[in-house]
Amino acid sequence: MITGEDVDHISWLASIRVAENEKDEFVDQFNTVLDYFHQLDELDTEDVEPTYRVVELVNVFREDEAKESLPQEESLRNAPKRENGYFKSPRIV
Amino acid sequence: MEGEVIIGLEVHVQLNKLNSKLFCGCSTDYHDDDPNTHTCPVCLGLPGTLPVINKKAVEYAIRVALALNCVVQEETLFYRKNYYYPDLPKAFQITQYDYPLGLGGHILIKGEDGERVVRINRVHMEEDPGRLVHAGTIDRAKYTMVDYNRCGMALLEVVTEPDLRSPKEARAFLDKLRSILDYLDVFDGDLEGAMRVDSNLSLAGGDRAEVKNISGHKGVEKALNYEITRQKNVRRRGMKVVLETRHYDELRGVTVSMRTKEEAHDYRYFPEPDLVPMRIADWVPRVQEELPELPDAKRDRFRTQYGITDDHAKSLTSEIKVANFYERVAGKAPPKLAAVWVADVLKGELNYRDLSIENFHEDQMVEILKMLEREAITEKGAVEVVRQILDEGGSPAEIVKAMGLGKAEDDAVRVAVRAAVAECGPAVEDYRGGNEKAINFIVGQVMKKTRGRADPGEANRLVKEAIEEL
Repeated sequence: MITGEDVDHISWLASIRVAENEKDEFVDQFNTVLDYFHQLDELDTEDVEPTYRVVELVNVFREDEAKESLPQEESLRNAPKRENGYFKSPRIV
Repeated sequence: MEGEVIIGLEVHVQLNKLNSKLFCGCSTDYHDDDPNTHTCPVCLGLPGTLPVINKKAVEYAIRVALALNCVVQEETLFYRKNYYYPDLPKAFQITQYDYPLGLGGHILIKGEDGERVVRINRVHMEEDPGRLVHAGTIDRAKYTMVDYNRCGMALLEVVTEPDLRSPKEARAFLDKLRSILDYLDVFDGDLEGAMRVDSNLSLAGGDRAEVKNISGHKGVEKALNYEITRQKNVRRRGMKVVLETRHYDELRGVTVSMRTKEEAHDYRYFPEPDLVPMRIADWVPRVQEELPELPDAKRDRFRTQYGITDDHAKSLTSEIKVANFYERVAGKAPPKLAAVWVADVLKGELNYRDLSIENFHEDQMVEILKMLEREAITEKGAVEVVRQILDEGGSPAEIVKAMGLGKAEDDAVRVAVRAAVAECGPAVEDYRGGNEKAINFIVGQVMKKTRGRADPGEANRLVKEAIEEL
């Protein structure tokens, strides 16, 4: 069961603020989603290897060749704030 | 033992000899360029982009894993490590988790009590985060500036078991690791950020602190010594060392608590859905075959093949360039003499000037050794020649001539001897009267007349001869 505390923790990890009056709504939604997946627990998976992916591909590589990068202006185009060619971000420590 | 120091290291090594980053084609040659000029939609984490693994990066990683005596795993895969921090634009780092590339290795280092084995827990691949530039110090900066040129560089994380017992051993481990990487030609240790170290340090019986942000092998002793003192002081005040992450501030030489919340370590790893697993076990025999002779093996061979001391062999093999230089010299000049002059003299003079071996040509060394062999110069003179080549350039023969370093010709010495004996009547009498030491005064006069170029032993012999002939 997901509780209000779990919602606080998840919102902290995701850096998304959840208002106090929204919390119950998220608790309900998380639990609905999890309940849905809990149906899987009814199956006996004792002798089944875990599946990490649905495609059977392995070893997809590229050669070590350098290609042209974006110009600085393009790189920074979506940055809300910049300074001297750097992305500027709040201090997060 | 109470208070015994226990250190484990996590060393991040940039595979900076690759041409391109780990998952995209951006060039790795960014060190002199403006920020954010080596980025693309993949390493900026723009939506809809797909990473593709650099094959050579995997090959290099296998090379390193094998050189560290790890077992390369049958199947290895990437995970997403989720954390929200501006050095990663995707808000996750593509790294490895429970299927790392290499497990269970070891290397030998020079420990506090002789040679010791340091176990390697694992070697795994990951992408380098971007570089954060703080205005001022990290714990006081008002904001952070981010350069993503480094973001996505292929990185290896080498994790040791907690086998190191002092900051000096930690340094020795890093020196040895650097030497091996240098031999493998996967890494240029002189580039900024090439090697970055996180360390776990505890005093026996206490909790450990993680010290992050130690740049390279030089800072490690200082950072860890500081941390030991800090933990001892905490204990002395009757308090407990708490499990925490501390940041090493190189400028101030202190470690600072990062005050991270305990929740921060909830990385929610899951397999990277954009990348397929790697089955690379069948590459291993070929890579193993192609591994170069590594430092320990080369050291043993130098000792037996050239008959040089273990100390010389070790000193000559710590850098591949020096080792190759020595072998070229030893092919043309007496190997034992060459060992002394390369390991003891040339390396010292290079270090003093912060120069690399490329500033000296092997033929110059061979010429100097030949002059020493036929006693055309004194050892003191030869050192002068080495210094002069490094400072001003030029050939050994020209320098010897220009600086008058050649040993005086025999007849010039004889002339000086005759003159000195004639001028030093009282000393000659003293010597004849049984005062052996009086001869030193006369030899001193000979040295003065030849401006130090006569061989003192030879001058001594000639002076005695001259007195007997009187």
